[in-house]
Amino acid sequence: MRSWLAPRKEEKVVRTIFLFITILSVCLLAFIVAFILKHGLPVLSWDFLTRNPVEMGKEGGIFPTIIGTVALTLLAIIIATPIGVGTAIFLTEYTTEGRLTRIIRFGSECLAGIPSIIFGLFGFILFVTKMKMGWSILSGGLTLTFMVLPTIIRTSEEAIRFVPKAYREVSLSLGGTKWQTVFRVVLPAALPGIATGIILSIGRCIGETAAVIFTAGSALRLPTSLFSSSRTMSVHFYILAREGISMSQAYGTAAVLIISILLINVVTYSLMNRFLRKYS
Amino acid sequence: MRKLKGKERLIRLSLLVVAFSAISVLGLITLFIFSEGLPIMFRHGLKNFLFNLDWYPTEGSFGLLPMIIGSLLVTIGAMLVGVPLGLAGAIYLTQFTSKKVRVVVKPLIELLAGIPSVVYGFIGVVILVPLIRTYLGGPGLSVLAAAVILGIMILPTILSISIDSLMALPPSYREGSIALGATQWQTVRLVLLPAARSGVVASIILGMGRAVGETMAVIMIAGNATSLPRSILDPVRTLTSNIALEMGYASGEHRQALFATGVILFIIIMVLNTIANLTSRKMSS
Amino acid sequence: MILKIDTSMLVGYIFSLKPMEKKSVRNSSLPQAVVGGLVILICLIFTSLLSCARGSREGSLTVAGSTSVQPFADQWAEVFMHHNPGKVVNVQGGGSSAGIQAALTGAAEIGMSSRELKPEEKVLTEFVVAWDGVAIIVHPTNPVGNLTLEATREIFAGVITSWSQVGWVDRPIYVVTREEGSGTRGAFQEMVMGRTRIAKKAIVEDSNGTVREVVANDPYAIGYISLGLINERVRAVRLDGVEPRIENVISRKYKLIRPFLLLTAGAPQGLAADFIQFVLSEEGQALITKQGLIPGRLVNQEKKMPPEEGA
Repeated sequence: MRSWLAPRKEEKVVRTIFLFITILSVCLLAFIVAFILKHGLPVLSWDFLTRNPVEMGKEGGIFPTIIGTVALTLLAIIIATPIGVGTAIFLTEYTTEGRLTRIIRFGSECLAGIPSIIFGLFGFILFVTKMKMGWSILSGGLTLTFMVLPTIIRTSEEAIRFVPKAYREVSLSLGGTKWQTVFRVVLPAALPGIATGIILSIGRCIGETAAVIFTAGSALRLPTSLFSSSRTMSVHFYILAREGISMSQAYGTAAVLIISILLINVVTYSLMNRFLRKYS
Repeated sequence: MRKLKGKERLIRLSLLVVAFSAISVLGLITLFIFSEGLPIMFRHGLKNFLFNLDWYPTEGSFGLLPMIIGSLLVTIGAMLVGVPLGLAGAIYLTQFTSKKVRVVVKPLIELLAGIPSVVYGFIGVVILVPLIRTYLGGPGLSVLAAAVILGIMILPTILSISIDSLMALPPSYREGSIALGATQWQTVRLVLLPAARSGVVASIILGMGRAVGETMAVIMIAGNATSLPRSILDPVRTLTSNIALEMGYASGEHRQALFATGVILFIIIMVLNTIANLTSRKMSS
Repeated sequence: MILKIDTSMLVGYIFSLKPMEKKSVRNSSLPQAVVGGLVILICLIFTSLLSCARGSREGSLTVAGSTSVQPFADQWAEVFMHHNPGKVVNVQGGGSSAGIQAALTGAAEIGMSSRELKPEEKVLTEFVVAWDGVAIIVHPTNPVGNLTLEATREIFAGVITSWSQVGWVDRPIYVVTREEGSGTRGAFQEMVMGRTRIAKKAIVEDSNGTVREVVANDPYAIGYISLGLINERVRAVRLDGVEPRIENVISRKYKLIRPFLLLTAGAPQGLAADFIQFVLSEEGQALITKQGLIPGRLVNQEKKMPPEEGA
């Protein structure tokens, strides 16, 4: 392909353009975070985090939504993790690579990419309506479990598969059983990857709105049981922002959201780094 | 010896049960959506569904064409924003700067990828929509707004995976090309990009998947009109927004129509995933 | 698709690291502890699920539906819970049709609607708890102060497209409407549009508050919301010369008026009955009259307009 200008000049032009574009990208993303934090940090206070909202969120705090978020995420992760990791172990260690496993893998990959609103639709029809669980933490948590399960299966699978074969061979040759090999050699080695998948799923649960608003509902009370409806922080933010109830409260909620997710991502990175340094 | 064997079998069995329940549970979703959505598609005829311009669900008219076009326009717009930004950024960070810069910037951008979509939507409403309304016209809630915000949303995906694909190339590609006297840009254009093509394409496909599936941000900034947008400044409704707006009260045929929308989205994601799989398999080999 | 970022991150890290060598043999107690922990966790889940199953649903009530009724339902709930400590009332939005569906399917004990029930929905028991007006709103800087019913209809149908046709600048009119399942939209459709459809090009938002926000931010927008939810950010337009004010609604000069309904499947039982009783009591009705709603009257299935003298 013939170039426009002389190669050296072209190089310089391209370099500048690309530098500009990169800076633009970073700035756009950083701007979003900075904008929210700039308006939201002043609103944050111990009161804001621990008090109940007043007048449908116009004033007061966001305590119930924090509890709601934690409850939903916890429920989803507690159910999805053992099932997901167990499935991954089974698919990688206890079956042979064949048509069936490929289909299953493709299936869970597709499901990992399904828009969350479809999970919301599914959860609404099945849990809220047909199974009469109503708008509740239970409906929301189960829906999130479905949403997060494919991700955990896929990431755990990848992590386990990347453990070198040598590990398994050594363990077996030393007289270990299959299960001992899996549980004491392979799993610990794959732990960084598995943990990454779990922690990023937690991040996804916290930020999820579409699936949650139709299953866990939007009641702004402190949830008292699994059958209580509860608003999560992202749903609360969504409602506050679009209805113009209180911009400052909205910014505050968004700030809490962003900070928690950023913290979670930072934890993921440092966890991975720490484990890898330990092992290499 | 026998005891161990028994225990091993038990473990295998319990793992089988776990895996089976997980898979059947996931299969349940697929079955549920298809079983609710397919009948109505065949009853009304695919043509009526996919090529009908009138969405009047309470009157029994389920034309999804405006929403399909809406999703298409918004996604293509998002690609036009996200791909150049992401790809150029990836090229710059892998070829034109030092490792130190990349090691700092890449995790930073991936960190920012976790921002919830409602926050993006909010920024769109508060900053972008008024800008469009004042300087470009229209109500501001438009295809353009949705495309830009979605583009920024998928930017980290494309950037991150493109960086990984470029980094995964053997250094000899780059070194050999430079040794032959090519400039860095020529190297990128003629050697590296073609070689990393599969990974880059995979990243674009996955960004597309995310753009197609986005709901909340789009509801906040696209206007949700059921008409066919005539320009990028017109309001638009996507397939996902359609489901979200009508889900709460739809019943009977209307609800089945929403499930049918779900089926369409499912198929789109399956197609995208297949393409991504095929191209990225080339990458890892 | 955060997923693929994870796996590619993994791939990146794996490609970049050297073969892993374990520094020491792991102690065997960890795996056992993990398994034990998981077993305990799963047991906890089941027991809590079982124990919560019966108890909590009896002490709690879900009220779902119209976004017009929702703010008031929330206030009723607040006071009701104050009088009845230990009981919980959850208020949900979703729109009138969603509330009707919820009441029909049992997802909610009480449904809220801001429009009349359709014939096929009449299986539900209805309680008129208030009357409310629907107001046409524009941006505060919009000088158009009065619209005829026909003009309003033609604006929302997309026939009149420029503000110059109703006495302002030559700018396009941006119509904002509610989603199809909205009671407010239903009432608007019935009383203003008649058989004419609302323009396809209209911007659709799914709650009163959101419509109000859109109109408040766009000088050339027009929409309709519940009369009780108008604030200083938007201006209500006179309809056929009549100011949308509570006095005019009571005197029936202002025509756009619709009932707020609480709906139950069959006769209300237990907590639902208590709640509805509270809403219809003096205290409950006083709560909303203060805010511009007309109190409902306990009437039978035939709903009539409020008596001429009003509250």
